[in-house]
Amino acid sequence: MDNDSKFDGESARVMMKELRETYSTGKTKSYEWRICQLNNLLKIAEFHEPEILQALHSDISKPEFESFVHEIWLIKTSCKLAIKELKRWMKPEKVGTTLVTFPSSAEIVAEPFGVVLIISAWNYPFLLSLDPVIGAIAAGNTVVLKPSEVSPATSSLLAKYIGEYMDSSAVKVVEGAIPETSVLLEQKWDKILYTGNSKVGRIVLAAAAKHLTPVVLELGGKSPIIVDSDIDLKIAARRIISGKWGCNNGQACISPDYIITTKDFAPKLVDSLKLQLLKFYGEEPLKSDDLSRVVNSNHFNRLIKLLDDDKVSGKIVHGGQRDIVNLKIAPAILLDVPEDSLIMNEEIFGPLLAIVTVDRLEESFNIINSRPKPLAAYLFTNNKKLKEKFVGDVSAGGLLINDTTLHLTVPTLPFGGVGESGMGGYHGKFSFDTFSHKKAVMYRSYLGDASERYPPYTTRKLRFLKAVMNGSFLDIFRAILGWP
Amino acid sequence: MEELSRSVSELKQTFNTGRTRDVEWRKAQLKGIIKLLDENELQIFQALERDLGKHPVEAYRDEIGVIKKSARFTLSSIDKWVAPTKKQVPLLFYPSKGVVMPEPLGIVLIFSSWNFPFTLSLDPLIGAVSAGNTVVLKPSELAAECSAFLSKTIPLYLDCKAIKIIEGGVEVAEKLLQQKWDKIFYTGNARVARIVMSAASKHLTPVTLELGGKCPAIFGSLSDGDMKVAIKRIASGKWGPCSGQACVGIDYILVEHQHASKLIDLLKKTIKKFYGENMGSLKNLCKIVNKHHFNRLHNLLEDPAVAASIVYGGSLDEQNLFIEPTILLDPPVDAVIMVEEIFGPFLPIITLDDIHESIEFINSREKPLTIYAFTKDESFKKQILAETSSGSVTFNDTFVLNACDNLPFGGVGESGFGRYHGKYSFDTFSHEKAVLERTFYFELEGRHPPWNDFKLQFIRLAYNYDYFGLVLLLLGLKRKFT
Repeated sequence: MDNDSKFDGESARVMMKELRETYSTGKTKSYEWRICQLNNLLKIAEFHEPEILQALHSDISKPEFESFVHEIWLIKTSCKLAIKELKRWMKPEKVGTTLVTFPSSAEIVAEPFGVVLIISAWNYPFLLSLDPVIGAIAAGNTVVLKPSEVSPATSSLLAKYIGEYMDSSAVKVVEGAIPETSVLLEQKWDKILYTGNSKVGRIVLAAAAKHLTPVVLELGGKSPIIVDSDIDLKIAARRIISGKWGCNNGQACISPDYIITTKDFAPKLVDSLKLQLLKFYGEEPLKSDDLSRVVNSNHFNRLIKLLDDDKVSGKIVHGGQRDIVNLKIAPAILLDVPEDSLIMNEEIFGPLLAIVTVDRLEESFNIINSRPKPLAAYLFTNNKKLKEKFVGDVSAGGLLINDTTLHLTVPTLPFGGVGESGMGGYHGKFSFDTFSHKKAVMYRSYLGDASERYPPYTTRKLRFLKAVMNGSFLDIFRAILGWP
Repeated sequence: MEELSRSVSELKQTFNTGRTRDVEWRKAQLKGIIKLLDENELQIFQALERDLGKHPVEAYRDEIGVIKKSARFTLSSIDKWVAPTKKQVPLLFYPSKGVVMPEPLGIVLIFSSWNFPFTLSLDPLIGAVSAGNTVVLKPSELAAECSAFLSKTIPLYLDCKAIKIIEGGVEVAEKLLQQKWDKIFYTGNARVARIVMSAASKHLTPVTLELGGKCPAIFGSLSDGDMKVAIKRIASGKWGPCSGQACVGIDYILVEHQHASKLIDLLKKTIKKFYGENMGSLKNLCKIVNKHHFNRLHNLLEDPAVAASIVYGGSLDEQNLFIEPTILLDPPVDAVIMVEEIFGPFLPIITLDDIHESIEFINSREKPLTIYAFTKDESFKKQILAETSSGSVTFNDTFVLNACDNLPFGGVGESGFGRYHGKYSFDTFSHEKAVLERTFYFELEGRHPPWNDFKLQFIRLAYNYDYFGLVLLLLGLKRKFT
């Protein structure tokens, strides 16, 4: 992509024409092409670690560790899984048929949609760009990737290496901001996968509606943690911290957003969190290299506003120190925040952890269910009944008991939201499925053609029809013989 | 509008009580649907006859029978479907349990269509209640008797605080679309589908769109015997379902020049046998649903080039809204009849030099809901599957695919997205929630900050599921980075 030339409507049309032509040649459907592209994508992750780390550091001061673990290695694992399983995924799935269509055979054939658009986010700019691309390519589509402009170094890196390693007649990167995204959304795509917030999610869905384009929306929400008292507090605290501040300093769609615990237990929980936070990030967390910064001053100001909200003054029990120059905020815990405070009414997406206290833990379900459905919900408990109620009553994209965020790394579990947290899902084979159209195919022969299905319609034919549709051999027999 | 909001509130309240999640409740609704059909068969036949002139055999085959089968299949499978599905979790996370658990979406809106007013209302309803949702069903006002019947009768058999029928036309539909739904299921045309999806986007409501398109039938070389059977299937697949007013009805045929006249001759004979010798003695055929569609179809024939291509039929009875089965041979491919979905009893036959050209012909148009291909040539079948795209494909028959509970039914591109039938109906109205359960044993310290080289090595090995390496590392035996 030439940085000097504007990406406008005409550029988009030309690009779409090229992609459709590429697609119509059929080459992206071949197993060989898909494997080759996946292998090339893997090379980007394998051969350019230092550049990727550097870009992620530049964009969000992401600790090297997190860059390795949450971005590079997740992509490598995802890619390797697709390479290993692709033959199996591409195989048609045979399905059984019944008496009603006897004799027949049937199968479901996966085919690509065609030309797909992937719009990525800034918090995991490498992962959230390439993981969907892996799925799209594995399914045989041509792809346009639009990385987030809020993470410009990674966006540039992706444009460069995708251009170098991938088949540029089929896989393209369009960099830019709102104007470029708007131009892209005017085009007719065969599928769109968007990762981001629900406000833009609505815009994407509305644009897709003009072309009847199916969409996957990976959004966010306020992911709650219910913390019971009868647990291994040290391990729980460490897992909470890892999932909250260890994931991009709280800037992750499945970061724990707020905790609900009993009034009695809250002080113990806070103490344990404080102790572990000290162990993780030291006396001066603002100076720790193991914490991402806040991505930009917009978000920094937004988070400060949450901290400085009148309704939560006096509620900060830990941290919250700020370094405006380096856009850092130290891990902050707020205790007993009122439900109508700002911090409890928007997704925090930052290093602030709100704790809401209740008399009885059972009250947490009402609190959670009175809010929009989140992408994830967590529960720390050893109580079987509580676990059952949690799983049965709480609706979220995914649930995790006694840990945080890990479920994202299990490829056999679909990753996606519900309600305000999104629609559709991906990861593992679900990525392949989400970018495939599953075509139903029925094979019939000319043997055994039942004249009963054709006009002229008679009472006898009706009887036969009823018998076949009821699956009753006896009734069929009687209908054929004309018995009552 | 207020009444509508009240209805929606009531449905929310019902959903919040949790009773629609109970499997016994769901089974009771399914049994209610079967009972409704069993006890009202005659009234249903009557309503369909009045709205569409549908013959009882057609009504049973395409509506009552289909719904009963669907409800029974769902009843016999629902215990399996609601159970969480165990998923394998990497050993690294031992001990952990992973499941995918289906849960209802909440309050769903179903828009039905007029051509199969029972099937297209009750089949999605079966999916919605089996998945544990509360439902508003809006039947099509163009099949007024059927809509009235559903409105009056469903509350007698199903939980009326959880399932509501709201009748009406465009205005009512618009008001419904202003509400916030957890899912919308729409059957109809692509123009209105855009309106539905656009309204849904304001609330991030997922939608399933079951649309239509120009469904082609590719007619290859067949033996005489096979050809006779094929023609019967084509005739009954074209005019049998609602006189061509069906989303999966054959829209046009593609055939080689050399077979065209034989095809047409056999078709004429079959039409006469199935549907009557001429306009005056038409039978076993639905009428056109209303004046608007009748005029639309009439106008398709007004084009002189199209009229000149009629080789059979072409007569219309405006008073009774009947149009006889009509065959056209090679109308201009840019005439409206070859551009828009016909949705009526006209069957254009397009001739080609080589039947393999049918693939390009189909691909130059929007993706249809289904493609039919009458051929025994295995490599041609493979080519059709690989090189065309449609919701589904049926070889050597018409219409039967919809009766297969194990096959997903839905479109792609302009013919829609999402799918249903069988378990797909249950899935389409469910949210598949991922659930991972961990314990406090075997904490992997390597995953927590502060970071150091040991932890990096630990995680690197963990990602490769290199358990042996991990053990060595933990025992202090592995020093080098790989």
